[in-house]
Amino acid sequence: MIESTFWDEICNITMLSLRVSGTAVLIGALIGVPIGTVLGFRQFKGKQALTRFVDIMLKSVINTFMGLPPVVVGLVVYLLFTASGPFGWLGLLYTPTAMIITQLIMVVPIIVGVTMSAVGSVEKSIREKALSLGATEAQAAWLVLREARMGVLTSIIVAFGAAISEVGGIMITGGNIRWWTRTLTTAIVVETELGNFTMALTLGAILLSIAFGINLALTIVQLKGARR
Amino acid sequence: MKKTSKILVSLLIVAVASVFAYEQYTHSQKSIIVLATTTSTYDSRLLDYLMPMFQEKYNVEVHIISVGTGQAIEIAKRGDADLVLVHSRQLELEFVNSTYGIHRVGVMYNDFIIIGPTNDPAGISGLANATEAFRRIVEAGAEGIAIFISRADKSGTNMLELSIWKRLGTTPSSKTQTWYLEANAGMGTVLRMANEKGAYTITDRATWLSFKNQLTNLKVLVEGDVILLNPYAIILVNPEKHPQRNFKGALKLAKWMISEEGQNLIASFKKEGETLFKPIARDFNKAHELGFPEQEEEIAWYDAQNP
Repeated sequence: MIESTFWDEICNITMLSLRVSGTAVLIGALIGVPIGTVLGFRQFKGKQALTRFVDIMLKSVINTFMGLPPVVVGLVVYLLFTASGPFGWLGLLYTPTAMIITQLIMVVPIIVGVTMSAVGSVEKSIREKALSLGATEAQAAWLVLREARMGVLTSIIVAFGAAISEVGGIMITGGNIRWWTRTLTTAIVVETELGNFTMALTLGAILLSIAFGINLALTIVQLKGARR
Repeated sequence: MKKTSKILVSLLIVAVASVFAYEQYTHSQKSIIVLATTTSTYDSRLLDYLMPMFQEKYNVEVHIISVGTGQAIEIAKRGDADLVLVHSRQLELEFVNSTYGIHRVGVMYNDFIIIGPTNDPAGISGLANATEAFRRIVEAGAEGIAIFISRADKSGTNMLELSIWKRLGTTPSSKTQTWYLEANAGMGTVLRMANEKGAYTITDRATWLSFKNQLTNLKVLVEGDVILLNPYAIILVNPEKHPQRNFKGALKLAKWMISEEGQNLIASFKKEGETLFKPIARDFNKAHELGFPEQEEEIAWYDAQNP
């Protein structure tokens, strides 16, 4: 017999996971897409030694940050938001907001990196044509961004996939508090430790379905992109 | 692009603001306290049993962070919790002496037991002396016929385990001894590991009783030694050190846990017919015996408070 609180809790956990990762990716996209676009554009510009050097350094840094280990992000956010830390006065540690911030730091580099290469790979000629036809810099940029929209979408989907399946960071900053900061991944850890395998497997199945949904969306986007 | 970026920036601000507003809203709805506690009180489901009753009565929401005693105290020291419910006299006294923790009061106790594989290769079954049992495990370990798994997480259980090794004049380590495994994990995980590997370990009785059904390869081998008694204390976070914390809420919870009502509820919490935690808050003789010399004074202080 499975009681109704079982499903109540699963629902609560799933909604929190979606809310935290969804918010992190939404804010991450608002920050990351413009930055990625600007950085992608740099590649059209001059080829002096200095700009090239800066470009290479920037790209390497972003690529490193794309693979940022979530636990390290968690640790840093923890130290920033602990009551004795610089942002302790906000009282955000062990709240969903702290978890959103953790995942935000994780997803921004992913979105920036993928957007940057998507924008960078759009045909150079498109921008030049637009400019020669009298478009302003901003209009040309918008045109290129539109051309790169599949890549931008991909970056957002990849970021969401990384966020929803992340466990180490939000465990540290959220504290894994039942009915409050317990997500799909952290709940699986606890329920396995407690030996509640029914619960753990149910949560695992939900997480897997979400991951499948993400990949399905990603594949459709890529196929659409290829067909054009 | 100018228009677009304006839209993007305003969207961003709205998104961030709404998240914060949501947070503030849910926070303002209820008084919240953060209780940092050990895995044993949580894994045994004691707190899942008690807290809904407290929350109902006082309309205070309790957020439970369940970690080892060492980490729980560390969290409280930083000001990330309002009170702790822990079990390690040494760490508790350090916490109080540092003036970060105040009004340490005994709440309940149970005992530790040494468990191990049913075939008991170290031959410790039935021993009344925990130190002797550990000595035999060391010997069997050196012969390569026994394994011991340590929590190795500065939890109350781990601190007690280390104190027994200390009595033997040894400090085993995974680095030098192959029979000694440092798991850095909670009690539930360590019990499960011991069950898989046929290893010895030390556990609090409450967690053992909660998990017993799933641990078919293990049994209780040593119990009853006086050094295995396991008292739990509540300590409040000093409001002078961390004025932003919810001291009133913490006081309410502490008062309720040591009240007649709370103590009776603790006594009535059973698994498989056995009481998991025995109350001691108002049993002064027992409290003195278990390392709370100022229990009367502290209880009197709590009783006089009216948060």
